[in-house]
Amino acid sequence: MGFFEKIKNGLKKTRDELKTRIQWALKGTFDESVFLDIEEALILSDCGVETSSKLVQKLREKWKRGQLKDEKDVRLALCELVEEILKEVEKPISIDGVKPFTILTIGVNGVGKTTTAAKIAKTFIDNGKKVLFGACDTFRAAAIEQLSVWAERLGVDIVKHKEGSDPAAVAYDSLKAAQARDIDVVILDTAGRLHTKSNLMEEMKKIKRVVSKELSGAPHEILLVVDATNGQNAIQQVKTFHESLQVSGLAVAKLDGTAKAGFIIHVAEFFKIPIRYVGVGEKLDDLLPFSARDFAKALIEEE
Amino acid sequence: MISVMFERLQERFEEIFKKLKGQGKLTEDNIKDSLRDVRIALLEADVNYRVVKDFLERVKERAIGQGVLTSITPGQLFVKIVYDELRDLLGSSNVPLMLTGSPPHSIMLIGLQGSGKTTTAGKLAIFLRKKGKRPLLVSTDVRRPAAIEQLKKIAAQIDVPFYIPTDKDTPLSICSGSKEYAIRNYNDVLVVDTAGRLHVDEDLLNELIEQKGILSPSETLLVLDGMTGQDAVNIAKTFEERVGVTGFVLTKLDGDARGGAALSIKATVGKPIKFIGTGEKLDALEQFHPERIASRILGMGDVISLVEKAKEAIEEKKAKELEKKLLKDEFTLEDFREQLKQIKKLGSMESILGMIPGFSKFKTVIDFQEAEKEFKKMEAIINSMTKKERLYPQIIDGSRRQRIAKGSGTTVQDVNELLRKYSQLKKLVKKISKGQFKGFRPSIFMR
Repeated sequence: MGFFEKIKNGLKKTRDELKTRIQWALKGTFDESVFLDIEEALILSDCGVETSSKLVQKLREKWKRGQLKDEKDVRLALCELVEEILKEVEKPISIDGVKPFTILTIGVNGVGKTTTAAKIAKTFIDNGKKVLFGACDTFRAAAIEQLSVWAERLGVDIVKHKEGSDPAAVAYDSLKAAQARDIDVVILDTAGRLHTKSNLMEEMKKIKRVVSKELSGAPHEILLVVDATNGQNAIQQVKTFHESLQVSGLAVAKLDGTAKAGFIIHVAEFFKIPIRYVGVGEKLDDLLPFSARDFAKALIEEE
Repeated sequence: MISVMFERLQERFEEIFKKLKGQGKLTEDNIKDSLRDVRIALLEADVNYRVVKDFLERVKERAIGQGVLTSITPGQLFVKIVYDELRDLLGSSNVPLMLTGSPPHSIMLIGLQGSGKTTTAGKLAIFLRKKGKRPLLVSTDVRRPAAIEQLKKIAAQIDVPFYIPTDKDTPLSICSGSKEYAIRNYNDVLVVDTAGRLHVDEDLLNELIEQKGILSPSETLLVLDGMTGQDAVNIAKTFEERVGVTGFVLTKLDGDARGGAALSIKATVGKPIKFIGTGEKLDALEQFHPERIASRILGMGDVISLVEKAKEAIEEKKAKELEKKLLKDEFTLEDFREQLKQIKKLGSMESILGMIPGFSKFKTVIDFQEAEKEFKKMEAIINSMTKKERLYPQIIDGSRRQRIAKGSGTTVQDVNELLRKYSQLKKLVKKISKGQFKGFRPSIFMR
């Protein structure tokens, strides 16, 4: 099942809403009010004021040039605009030629880092790769146990220390173990931290330093997980994490509800960080590679 | 960025008003641009689009026709109107937990995955214990790996009893089992942490309703991530309609999220926000104060103070009483001290004096820090007096002066100086009461 099929039910509500609004607007005279309605729909999808008005401005220009005649045109044009922006960040992760490929998952509290780590592991296992978890969240109560349960279910190795120990030491041991055991992919699951806590960002930098010292080029992927239900603050998260850790990829979790994660349009435009995955459900298989077309389609257009 | 937003708002407004010099009123026309700025500020803070729309309508209604006072600028007045409306919408005060009926009471925590339910459960247990309750922590989250283990660990950390389920337990059997356990062990409040679930997951919503049926909780709190975007409205509405909630807990507000979701859910569902989570540590749970969130959403902390500070800090009644006393010539050192205290409550001298019409001119010539130090010293001196001395200053002789100086860590000269100021003020008061200062009312000075 494709990404669009998976999320279209979740996105149905907005899509329908957007569609109805555009239809409704077009029933009257095709005038400026249509664009206000489109802007509203975009803002309601968490696209933000700036991005929304920019998109609408572009549509308006197309309309003035006589390129838009009916409802279908408007929807298609909007879809194309969004897809065009997102296309640039549609870059799947590639582990070719790197071993052990090291992924550091980071993000604020409760976005779904651990679940995403487990789902990512599953995609590699399905491709015959050997995966190892590093339980670097030594802070949150039972975070190590949580990852251990996943390790057991997936049948992958896990390196863990005691709660409260140094996460950088866990990362170091994980890499050592991976090299010794012929592991293909190491996934280091870190503790959630708000991007505004500078001491915790420093801790993260230390983990990164230790990892790169042990294995040159590592971490090969610094994967920031963002929560699709978040609003404009997600942009702030990307900005701050990127500034201090140079994020190389994004995963958008929890896209199976009614939230649209419209903020990724702004993120794609301004940070150009590849979006690797989207999380679309609670099951292990509910992680899909990001597709610009599907995302734009699901947001705006019907099938 | 936050204060920038506000500054822009105010600056812009001042600009518009410069053009409209001579107009002492807010009109639809002259607030148009400012309304647009407020709209952007609210949307950037993640307040729901439709909530913003309604909100701006109300602000418009409230603002149009308002006369501008001489003491504040039109920009300040407009900002105050926006802020007042926001605060009123968020609820006029904190609504406490309601534990009704006979114990054991239950508090259920529900919400999406990752909103912070488990951490909040631990924080609530501490809160309840501080209130003299004997909470029992319960987790019905059999879905997320190690979720029960997580709460168990938190319970051990804070030394609160935890109901340990077996592997065979279901969420429903945990509900009934924990209730019996609480009765046997004299725990009067169950704090029940449930599995995270999406508001579109019908099966899991039904399971929640069943749990609620067994627990018949006094409080069903929806725990919502403070960073939630436009969808907050859908989430809150669905949980309210399907499961029923008594209030909200807004979490992760220790970051830089503006917390617009607070306004969205309050406006849509109408239930109070009871707590906010402000950190990962287990004591980081605060009762909700609408004013604080209102400032946060608008991003204008300091500004409101200009208009609000005076009003909040000086209780009108005290000022009135003082005025009466002054006029009756009953102004004692005790009153003098009260006045100093009030001034201190207001914050910096500079800001209060700035609020007094016409005083801003002197801002540059007065050394405010020096003045504040002086005020502190004066208060210390009065504090070192006996009650009798404060009421009848004439009895303060040489040896009393020495004692007061010692007690307040000052010199006899300082004490003399204070007594001199006091008698000057008293004389001034007499003149006022005789009508020599036409139109001057001490309460004006106080405000």
